[in-house]
This record gives sequence, C-alpha cells and structure tokens, in this order.
Amino acid sequence: MGAGAYVCGEETSLISSLEGLRGDPKNRPPFPAQKGYLGCPTVVNNVETFCCAARILDKGPGWFAQMGSKGSPGTKLLSVSGDCSRPGVYEVPFGIKVKDLLKMIGAGNAAAVQVGGPSGTMIGPGEYERTICYDDLATGGSLMVFGPDRDILDVVRRFNEFFVEESCGYCTPCRVGNQLMKEALGRIAAGKGEPSDLDYLQTLGQAMKVTSRCGLGQTACNPVLSTLKNFRAVYEKRVKADKDGFKPAFDIKAVLAEAEAIAGRPSEHFG
Amino acid sequence: MSEKITFTIDGKTVHGKPGMTILEAADSSGVYIPRLCKGPGLKPRGSCRVCTVMVNGRPQAACTQPAAEGMVVENSTPAMLEYRRNLVEMLFVEGNHFCPFCEKSGNCELQALAYRLGILSPRHPYMFPKRDVDATHPDIMVDRNRCVLCGRCVNASRDVDGKTVFEFVGRGGHKRIEVDAEAGLGATGASAGDKAAEACPVGCIVKKRVGYAVPIGQRKYDKAPIGAEIEK
Repeated sequence: MGAGAYVCGEETSLISSLEGLRGDPKNRPPFPAQKGYLGCPTVVNNVETFCCAARILDKGPGWFAQMGSKGSPGTKLLSVSGDCSRPGVYEVPFGIKVKDLLKMIGAGNAAAVQVGGPSGTMIGPGEYERTICYDDLATGGSLMVFGPDRDILDVVRRFNEFFVEESCGYCTPCRVGNQLMKEALGRIAAGKGEPSDLDYLQTLGQAMKVTSRCGLGQTACNPVLSTLKNFRAVYEKRVKADKDGFKPAFDIKAVLAEAEAIAGRPSEHFG
Repeated sequence: MSEKITFTIDGKTVHGKPGMTILEAADSSGVYIPRLCKGPGLKPRGSCRVCTVMVNGRPQAACTQPAAEGMVVENSTPAMLEYRRNLVEMLFVEGNHFCPFCEKSGNCELQALAYRLGILSPRHPYMFPKRDVDATHPDIMVDRNRCVLCGRCVNASRDVDGKTVFEFVGRGGHKRIEVDAEAGLGATGASAGDKAAEACPVGCIVKKRVGYAVPIGQRKYDKAPIGAEIEK
C-alpha cells in the first residue's frame, strides 16, 4: 500500500492509502484511535512495538524495565549502515552511548553520525557521549555512519532531495519549503552562497518545522538545522560575501546566455 | 457539555460553541485569523497552513483544530506573523503570480494577504514553473499559473455541487489541479453557476467575459483590507 511512498509510513497516510485514497495524511483530531480506518477506532503501531507488547505480557513489566535506561526501558533495534566495518541490525539496550555503539559496529573514525534516518539528527565526534533514548537521541531505528572522507553538505543535499521527492504536496511549507532548501543548498555547494544564506536556511527550516501538517514536513528540515548547528564550519567554508556587495548567486553570464544566442553575438558590456 | 466555550486569542477573551473550530470561534468573536485554503461555506482542508496559531504553545491549524475551554491561542504575535509571511511568500514564488496584469487583482486573497502582512517582495527565489491553461470551457477558464493548490474547487465541486470536476494529481512539487475529463474542463459537467467556479481565492479559476466588469481600484480589497469584514 502507498506504492512505496515514504509518507505512507505516517499512520494517517497509511490509513488513507489502505482506504484507497491518495496517500496523504489526515487532519487530527480525530486521531486514529478515535476514528481511523473506514471510520473505525484504529491502532497503528510498528512490528517492533507489537513484539515488545507481547513480550511484556509474557514476561511481565518488571522484566522489561530491567533493561534500558530510566526514561526508556527495554531494547531498541538499530539498523546500522554506512562507513563501518560491521553494518547490520543490532538489538541494544536503550541508553547506550553513541561512542560504545560505534565501537561495537567498527566505526572508530566516524566523522558524523545520522541518528534517526533522513529526518533525524546529525551529530559530530564532540557529541558521541550522548545516548540513544527518548530523552536524548530518539530514533526510529536508523543509524548512518559517515567517515572522514564524506562531504557533509553532499550528505545533507541527498537527504533534502529525498524529501523533495517524498513530500506528498498537501501543505505549503513541506511542498515548497523542501524545494527552496534544495535551491539554496545547491547554490552553496556550487560556491555561489553568501553568509546570509545560512540565516535564510535557518528561518526556512524553522517555518517548515512549525507550520507543516505532518511529521514528514516537520522533520524534513532536521538534516539542515542539525548540521547548521553541529557542522556550521562546513557551510561557512563554502559561502563568501561579495566584495562589491552584490549577491554572488546572480550569474549575469547565465542570465544573458539566451539573449546572446538570439543576438548571435556576446553582450557589449558583459561579453 | 456546556453550551459555551471560552478561551483567549492574544489575551482577548473569545467565545465559541462546542463543535466549532478555533477559526469559526474567532470569526464569530470578531477576531481575524488570516487563512487562504479555507473558503466560506466549505469544509476546511488545513493545507495552506496560513492560519497556523500557537495553541497552549503548540502549533495548530486554526481551521481544523476544535476550540476548547481555556485554551491560550497566539495569533498575531511577531513570530506567527513571520511564519505566515514566509508561507505566503512561498506561494508567490511557487506559481506565476503577476498582479499588475491579473484580472483578479483587487479581488485576490493571496494578494490581499500579502498587503495585510506587509510583504513587499518574496525573500525566496522565483521558481517560474511551466503550467498549463485550460480554456476549453465556454464560460470558465483555468489558469494554473495562478493556482495556489488550496483545494477549494475540489471541496466545492464534491461537497456543494455534487460533482467531481476538480481533483489533485501528482505529488510534491508536481502536484497540480486536474479536471474530470481528458479533453479539458469543457468536456466535464462544470457550469458557471457552480460553487467551484467562484470558490477560487486567486485568479486560477475565473469566469469568462466578466474579468474587468468592476474596474481596478473599486474592487473588494481596494476598499478595505482582507479580514476587515470579520474584525469589529
């Protein structure tokens, strides 16, 4: 169902899709538990949660609470990928330090770790003491490791392009905001960014976070916002202020190309 | 359940009835919350997000969120106005909106919102998309260059006219409004008397031959800003 669309993993989109409607999220309230699939009360959880519930019923809450950390009892399945020697699916107790996890998966020289998939948080070596749990680094289960040879901006652009593709287009901030982010990131990567573009991305990301209709749009800006915070130097290195005060994004030659082709000669002033 | 709900918007006490949305309660109390995709007499969609307000510190679309006793709503705070400006600017650059020669100028809710919010020019780069015009119908024209994907025509056709003339196709940035016939609007059951023919807040779906019946300068939002009819 959902033809593989990412947003159809969102519970109300999943229900829309099952009902034969467009795979768009629904307005809440009513919440699915009140009025879900075909108008009936519906519980939507993933397999991992159902498995946990079954084991708690079998072995009791005390057994479950022994594992994990105080605020996040139990274990978590992590799908580990990227620049590490032992990628795969790991079951770890909640509260595990990123540092210990990296050691376990053979990623001693990780330059960055994306916790929580494309809509998650990217952290650098200074934050590897942080822990995987609901109160610190929450994740649906994805952990991507990036080695020192990776270009962080390139990684962020790939995540952003994913969201440009996967936005259902229902609401303005997600549909348009992701495309605008793509434009700005592309400009910075091409060396045509200016320092004010970083504030622009911050403001745009914040607007998407606050005004988007579902979790996809609300978190699509996370790779940009978390790298602006944790890897700011990556951006600052790529942007430069124009000495004449002009916007470096404006490429007079590119703008004139069509007119020059029609005229059959280069521009008098800029040729 | 009590017959009256009391809550505050920007510190002002407002009243509503059970079952009302925040937007409906605000309207009935003379408080204007800017909106675009919610059309008069139409079901809310919650898609443009222009009516986003903070409800007890959490963002919600006022057009879909039920009013509840004691809620604290922030509407015209500097932060909310800034988010709204950003959204309206996004809609301007996403389509091809040329107010100076658009026949809807002065009656256009997008333009009126921009004036009300104090937008001079969008901060975002224009996308200049290639979009199609459908002039196949004798009385109604669809110019998708000016579409803001609000969905009012979809709701109006389905819920008021009892037809299925308009629907969205495509996802993300490829989303566009389509009509219920391959040959265009002229081959559908649309007629100029439909609610869908007048529900468009912008100049996308317009009736033919009446574009300049009222001269620019004497139009709705030339006389009073958008929202003035609600504010008392």
